[in-house]
Amino acid sequence: MDFSDSAEEAKFRAEAAEWLQANAPTDDEIKGLDEMAQAKLWQKRKVDAGWACIRWPKEYGGRGATAIEQVILNDEQSKVKSPSTQFFSIGQGMAAPTLMTWATEEQKRRYLPKLASGEEIWCQLFSEPAGGSDLAALRTRAVKDGDDWVINGQKIWTSGAHYSDWGILVVRTDPDVPKHQGLTYFFVNMHSPGVEIKPIKQLSSASNFNEVYFTDVRIPDEQRLGAVGQGWQVALTTLMNERASIGGTRSAGQAQSLLKLAATLEIDGEPASKNKAVRSRVADWYAKEAGLRFTGYRSMTAMSRGEVPGPENSIGKLVAAPMAQDLASFALELQAQAGVIYTPLDESFDNMFQHNYMNIPGGRIAGGTDEIMANIIAERVLGLPQEPRVDKGIPFSDVPTSGGKS
Amino acid sequence: MNFEFSEEQNLLREQARGFLADNCSMKVVRQALESDSPFDADLWRKVAEMGWTATVIPEEFDGLGLSYLELSVIADELGRAVAPLPFSSSVYLATEALLAYGSPEQKQNLLPRLASGEIIGTFAMAEVKGEGAINTTGTDKISGTKLAVPDADIANICVVVVKSDQGDGASLCLVDLDQAEVSKEVVYTLDPSRSHANLTFNSASAELLGKEGEGNAAVENLFNRAAVLFAWEQTGGADTALEMAKEYALGRYAFGRPIASYQAIKHKLAHMYVNNTLARSNCYYGAWALNTNAPELPLAAATARVSAIQAYYYAGKENIQTHGGMGFTWEFDCQFMYRRSQLLAATLGGEAKWQEKLVTALETQAAA
Repeated sequence: MDFSDSAEEAKFRAEAAEWLQANAPTDDEIKGLDEMAQAKLWQKRKVDAGWACIRWPKEYGGRGATAIEQVILNDEQSKVKSPSTQFFSIGQGMAAPTLMTWATEEQKRRYLPKLASGEEIWCQLFSEPAGGSDLAALRTRAVKDGDDWVINGQKIWTSGAHYSDWGILVVRTDPDVPKHQGLTYFFVNMHSPGVEIKPIKQLSSASNFNEVYFTDVRIPDEQRLGAVGQGWQVALTTLMNERASIGGTRSAGQAQSLLKLAATLEIDGEPASKNKAVRSRVADWYAKEAGLRFTGYRSMTAMSRGEVPGPENSIGKLVAAPMAQDLASFALELQAQAGVIYTPLDESFDNMFQHNYMNIPGGRIAGGTDEIMANIIAERVLGLPQEPRVDKGIPFSDVPTSGGKS
Repeated sequence: MNFEFSEEQNLLREQARGFLADNCSMKVVRQALESDSPFDADLWRKVAEMGWTATVIPEEFDGLGLSYLELSVIADELGRAVAPLPFSSSVYLATEALLAYGSPEQKQNLLPRLASGEIIGTFAMAEVKGEGAINTTGTDKISGTKLAVPDADIANICVVVVKSDQGDGASLCLVDLDQAEVSKEVVYTLDPSRSHANLTFNSASAELLGKEGEGNAAVENLFNRAAVLFAWEQTGGADTALEMAKEYALGRYAFGRPIASYQAIKHKLAHMYVNNTLARSNCYYGAWALNTNAPELPLAAATARVSAIQAYYYAGKENIQTHGGMGFTWEFDCQFMYRRSQLLAATLGGEAKWQEKLVTALETQAAA
């Protein structure tokens, strides 16, 4: 048991660090560029040199690297000041693995390299007003018309729809069979006529998500992934990757930030960091964060041995999101009256706990609610049975919904 | 990155689990709980024959000279079996105290016998409810009373914390319990599968262990080391509670279906799994720190200890809850983990103490 790299890993780390330091865009290079232009510049440079999407096969823009090499690269990347490339994360993290599994060879060669380089941005069109945790209850319809499908309906919670070129889309092609069997998976050009995007203003004042409306949008049949009616199976490929990418990265170091904050505040004439109630909470939260970190190390070890990480990885989001919310709330209360001062959209340290407090409610829901994550652990890790479902085996059109029948 | 046990250590785990399945089933735990005999002497002999009591003792003292990673594996498995053995007292505390502070003569005299399981050791500190003044005094003749010392009625030797007017105010003494000047009063406890006794020393013969006036520092160090191993036992026990709750929930039907299909139960078990996983991962780090004598040991130990106390408590109580009324009966085994979780949390000091130690360690680290 030790924390050092193997000889090969150390060599890879050194190479990655050297390249990143030598090639991260300088202040002069990005001067005057907006965030998106900065991101595209950096992403293109990385992919050209083989330092982006490294786990992908070479012919699609990657370098066939191992999972542990990806972890090492992320680690080194985090040490280098460079533009954020978060615009590409949904496409690369979710759309790409789905294309990799389900698209034709020709499609992979057409779409994946541009996805890797940031030239084309992808979004995910899954959730609907009537289909969230129960995603398969979605109602956006696709009807075949010649060689095309005609799409009508509404998607919601679509991050980055307004700057995306393509979207992965699940729709209902047959409402008269049980709900999972009537779905089909497509990818759609977001610039198609009939696609309308409206930002959603969140309770935090930010707008990270959109509603996307489809009115007679035409999609050629060759943009279908998997067979007609096989959409649920294809969607599972995407969802498994979503949970992996949203996983336990949140909130690292929060307990220590809280302790640092407490040292600057007073309770009863003493530094709040000396208050036993504060210390007790810091200890609990630190123990959780440490547990997540070391669980991650165990997964990395499995990866480094060429194994698939075990299901213990699935606990990250379920632990980190509610904890960060409780911690933020506690940190605000410690500031007493000043804790209510909030500048929306300011992500600086002084505003960090306010920012978290106002944004984490979304984190506990996106990519699988706390409750769904607990179900996943119960069912896939512990092997417990599903709840009986009243919609099982009956045509989707007969399933009761909030607004009557589907 | 290699944050996993080696193949040999995993083999040891398999062997230990198989041995305990054969020799320390829940029936054996129940026998210890229900019988008058204070522990399972036969099982102790077998465990000693397997070499477990000798794990980290160097070969020059007839030990196996293995590492704390092997001992962690054994602790995990003993915890999982809720073994009715004085292992934690003898191995994590008494043996560790001798290894760290024993003179060459003391080591030569006692370590081979601790290694072979011929003698059992324990550790005595508390004299009052909670943490309070130590009033036991003396170094070569000691007098005083120690409260509810784990495994004291079966132990042969005891490391005793005594008051000192030098240094940090305490010293460690080594006391042979088989002498007329030591009286043992067996006390009935929350977990009778591990017997306890009040020890009274009436000018009992003793010898210093380590230096006079360095007892508090020694206790701090010994407890940090033991905390990692206790945390492994706690995590192992918590996993047993989860396993038991799961099996019962799968087999128990209510309203026409297994209760394991209700989200109220599924989420409870999922949270047990989450707590146990976090505690286990913290134990890994604790084992690494213990094994390498890392400066991070105080933080690693406290982190493992806090999460393991919480995980075992939660799993122990919610296992009973999952069983419904049957979980509250004497006949069912749920009580074993509920009892043991409290015993292991109390020995070495409970959650509040270790939360404080954790934050102190964080501050020390930040200042360094």
